[in-house]
Amino acid sequence: MSTHAAKTQPTDTLRTALGLAPSGPHYAFRRHSLWVRVCHWVNALCLVILLMSGLNIFNAHPALYWGSGSDFNRPALMLGAMQNNAGQITAGVTSIGRHQIDTTGLLGASKVDGQLSPRGFPSWATLPGPNWLAMARQWHFAFAWLLVFNAFVFFVYGLWSGHFVRDLTPGKSDIVHLPREIADHARLKFPHDARARRYNALQKLAYCFVLFVLGPLIVLTGISMSPTMDAAFPILPWLFGGRQSARTIHFICAFSFFGFLLVHIAMVILSGSWNNLRSMITGKYVIHGRESDHD
Amino acid sequence: MTDRRMFIGRALAGASTLLLSGCYDLSEKPWFTDILGKVEDLTRAAQHLFAGHHTLAQEFTKADIAPVFRANGTTDPGTSEYQAHVDNGFRNWRVAVTGLVEQTLSLSMSDLHKLPARTQITRHDCVEGWSCIGEWTGPQLALILAAARPKSAARYAVFHCADPMTVEGDPDHYYYESLDLTEATHPQTILAYQMNGAPLTVPHGAPVRLRAERQLGYKQPKYVQRIELVDDLKSIQGGNGGYWEDQGYSWYGGI
Repeated sequence: MSTHAAKTQPTDTLRTALGLAPSGPHYAFRRHSLWVRVCHWVNALCLVILLMSGLNIFNAHPALYWGSGSDFNRPALMLGAMQNNAGQITAGVTSIGRHQIDTTGLLGASKVDGQLSPRGFPSWATLPGPNWLAMARQWHFAFAWLLVFNAFVFFVYGLWSGHFVRDLTPGKSDIVHLPREIADHARLKFPHDARARRYNALQKLAYCFVLFVLGPLIVLTGISMSPTMDAAFPILPWLFGGRQSARTIHFICAFSFFGFLLVHIAMVILSGSWNNLRSMITGKYVIHGRESDHD
Repeated sequence: MTDRRMFIGRALAGASTLLLSGCYDLSEKPWFTDILGKVEDLTRAAQHLFAGHHTLAQEFTKADIAPVFRANGTTDPGTSEYQAHVDNGFRNWRVAVTGLVEQTLSLSMSDLHKLPARTQITRHDCVEGWSCIGEWTGPQLALILAAARPKSAARYAVFHCADPMTVEGDPDHYYYESLDLTEATHPQTILAYQMNGAPLTVPHGAPVRLRAERQLGYKQPKYVQRIELVDDLKSIQGGNGGYWEDQGYSWYGGI
């Protein structure tokens, strides 16, 4: 009863939100192994650099197509710029199929040294900042190697240690609890007691999708853009409907990763910032309640 | 709320600027670009391992040929010498084979036409990201190099072209490219004089351009005048093996 009273204190609600230990009973356990923590941060670094250098590469030809070749008259997506008779850039236009959206300042045309210039993505989103295809490619390929190496280490660890089967594979109870969890997530209600010792069903599904669908897909579509690799493995471009389709899917995967990243960070903050962040740095995660209560 | 949103926005922009300026600085540090160069070697070694010497680039059908094939880079060399060649139908055009060979060659267009030709419908991949499918016809480079009998020290084929990249007449700034001998003697590496069944047009490299189908577009120079076999690329122009390589692009163009 006293535990329950302590939990409803306003200061405790704040402490929980910030991920600090509650005033009531609590205990710590090691939530993430060293392997998971190291792989997580190497992966995070790779994803940020790959996304930003990828946007710089995209800026060299800011349009996407379906098929093997580029039908320049029918791009699936194009970030273009409009100019007036004097040659000044006046607007940035995003075309998706036949629809056109004014995206001046963000997509198609954005400021470079105070001057509106034709640019797919703006300079604050690309790595390096200026359009520099040669250097962006080198960054992209270097961190693609690191990403793949890191993923290899993580997959070997995940299979060998049982991490994938034990922590990530959704079970029957996950499916049963799914509607309830969706409702709880929508109301930003997250468990802080012993239930937080395991990933919930939504986490398992999200992590499995990113690890086993999005990850392999972005690597394979990336490789499909290499003419030498296409000669070595002709099945690759065929699988994705041609090199330009592979490039388009690569782009969609990149923004799916970006979407995942935003939701992931939002969830980390909303469900107890410091407790979550610390658990991915030192491994230590605080659970509300008494450890013996759950045995 | 607006204040907080502005603060978050500024914090994000600030973080991005810090990250970007850091990466920009790194991009100019020799120790870091050395690492990137090592990665290029790794990529090349891995791709050689998978692709080997003779795996072929996919060949398409006539139905796949692009109605509009973009001409990138130089679309007209614009020199008076080149214009003279255009005016007389490239009758005096020569493709020389020089350097580390037992027998130097100087081939006219009619010499090239007498050699057995290969026709291939392939996908041209530009480093910028786009692709176009076209049909190319011409003799295999392996055939020509075999006739010149490369010396054992030869490691690269360097292609010297007629398109000046800066001021006309400056001998150091004509477009050039290079391939290792594996790629240069690949069955789909041809000196193409025909595109889509017609003689090459000026924007596409008339009278003869290189096709190396497992490579990106910048590795397939147009307006080829001389093929030089060398053991090292350092002494040629900027020393990096090609015009774009001298501007910072990777020498390995299979990715």
